[in-house]
Amino acid sequence: MNVLEIRDLGVDYLSQSGAVHAVADVSLDLRRGEILGLAGESGSGKSTLANAVARLLRPPAAITSGSVVYHRQDGTAVDVLALKRDELRAFRWKELAVVFQSAMNSLNPVSTVGAQIEDVLRIHAPKMSRNDRSERAVELLQRVGISADRRRSYPHELSGGMRQRAAIAIALALNPEVIIMDEPTTALDVVVQRDILHEIRALREEYGFAVVFITHDLSLLMEISDRIAIMYAGRVVETGTAEALHRTPRHPYTLGLLRSFPRLHGPREELLGIPGTPPDLRSLPPGCAFHPRCGRAVEECSTRLPLLTRGPNGSDGSDGEVACLLNGGRGVEETS
Amino acid sequence: MRFLARRLGFYLLTAWAAITLNFLIPRLMPGDPVELLVARMKGNVEPEAIDAMRRAFGISDASLWQQYLDYLGNLARGELGRSITFFPTEVSTVIADSLPWTVGLVGVATLISYLIGTSLGVLMAWRRGTWLDGVLPAATFMHAVPYFWVALALVFVFGVTLQWFPVSRAYGLDVMPGMTGEFAASVLYHAALPAVTIVIASMADRILGMRNVMVTTLGEDYVVMAEAKGLTSRRVMWAYAARNAILPNITSFALSLGFVVGGSVLTEIVFSYPGIGSMLLKGVENEDFPLMQGIFLVISLAVLVANFLADLAYVVLDPRTRQESE
Repeated sequence: MNVLEIRDLGVDYLSQSGAVHAVADVSLDLRRGEILGLAGESGSGKSTLANAVARLLRPPAAITSGSVVYHRQDGTAVDVLALKRDELRAFRWKELAVVFQSAMNSLNPVSTVGAQIEDVLRIHAPKMSRNDRSERAVELLQRVGISADRRRSYPHELSGGMRQRAAIAIALALNPEVIIMDEPTTALDVVVQRDILHEIRALREEYGFAVVFITHDLSLLMEISDRIAIMYAGRVVETGTAEALHRTPRHPYTLGLLRSFPRLHGPREELLGIPGTPPDLRSLPPGCAFHPRCGRAVEECSTRLPLLTRGPNGSDGSDGEVACLLNGGRGVEETS
Repeated sequence: MRFLARRLGFYLLTAWAAITLNFLIPRLMPGDPVELLVARMKGNVEPEAIDAMRRAFGISDASLWQQYLDYLGNLARGELGRSITFFPTEVSTVIADSLPWTVGLVGVATLISYLIGTSLGVLMAWRRGTWLDGVLPAATFMHAVPYFWVALALVFVFGVTLQWFPVSRAYGLDVMPGMTGEFAASVLYHAALPAVTIVIASMADRILGMRNVMVTTLGEDYVVMAEAKGLTSRRVMWAYAARNAILPNITSFALSLGFVVGGSVLTEIVFSYPGIGSMLLKGVENEDFPLMQGIFLVISLAVLVANFLADLAYVVLDPRTRQESE
């Protein structure tokens, strides 16, 4: 039961020196009610992908290929990329809401938190009375752990954690089926981060929305996600359940990411980062974009582009996919 | 509220400094108005007459401190001395007669220019990349054109060549000043060209200023989020983007309101408008120190009042300034 199907999506940034492929041939499914983690380094295209799905790209970014199909609860399908202006306006927030990276910047500084919830309701539920709107705003704020009297607070009067909670409350206003969370906890300290993650999980249980959770922090994703997709240089290089990815990562890049942070428990092991720097999207290396940084690369890696194929992680009932030429397309075979 | 009280205190201090400087500068300069008058009459003045004039102008040999106290006392009673140009009219009367014309003309024109210019700036930022960008070079050009040039061009085209509008005075000679519709119509008719001059010449600044801030604001996350929320474009543009972009523009608007009182000297001169700018010019031409002093004082105070109003507006418009600093 997919709620969102992304197929062969490509996004280019058009510039004087030619197009930069920020997102290339991305196909992803989001199932109803699941938390899909999207991980990758800065510049890997994860935020661009999210903005493309929400139709929030601005020039010079443009969708060049592919489709995004949204399935309503009643079974009807919507081609998101083909929505006209008014349809798009109705689709937004009612079906798909977004929580942006920094709540400090995503809340309007001159408007109260309550007013920012209410203006969503005023547009999308015009029949709601003024009183109902403010009651709903209070209800939503309380649901994310903000007291009712904070409805009249301005964003600058709230702490970082509270602002992020408020942003989540705004996202919940119309009970959307999908919420895209673009690094929602990156700017917060670890303790607040944990609280927010628990809150998101609890809300998901209660309301049943699906989440696309974007972050560069893979360990955090392992904790919160049902499934994870790893992006590198604009392409998805590996997908799988959080557990499978954690246990048996197939792509050397995933393995590198997993080995780049220390464990608190278990035997000590050497921390291995990923050598080199993320590639320049304007001039990607031929073949697999990761091969210059890959310790296992063979000659073929620099000539042939590996495609995402169902890998060994898929055989045990989950649907892991990997884009790696090693071992006949099955990726690395060692545990993290 | 503490913020406002502190600002008010600061402005009172500044006002006092302005008043004191206004008192000191003429007295520290060599010569006095009477010497000027005497010089003008090539010295053919009786010593008794000189003495009488000195008394009339309030020039005394008392200590500077005593003079300062007298000056403050006079100021409190609204006495700014007598004008030399319009002798024996009081400076306060000259100012009171000309100020309403200036405030009416320049004030209203500044307001119109601000409203139109700001709205255009918002629109141009919102629709950047369309034909509206073509206004940009025009605005940059107008930004560089001085007031008096616009005034002369308008006088030449609409006043002299087409003869659509009168080119001087504030109202027709054939109407009696009073609260009549006829008089009001004449005033509006005469104000048209100078007002258009000010609007045209000052609007480019507003357009460019607002557009530039607005373009930056449009890149902010909260504007993207407003769009993602499915709000109407109009609401995103005004309530989210323009509402925030206008904040940095308030100060420049307040400053220009302050200078309204100073009049648009060149515009008033070209159109022989009986405003405070024309008076200032006459004062300068006739070395009329009391008049200049009075006008400068009024201008300084107006700028201070305008700044205080800007502070007030900020407190209303930007909740962040309401925060009490601990």
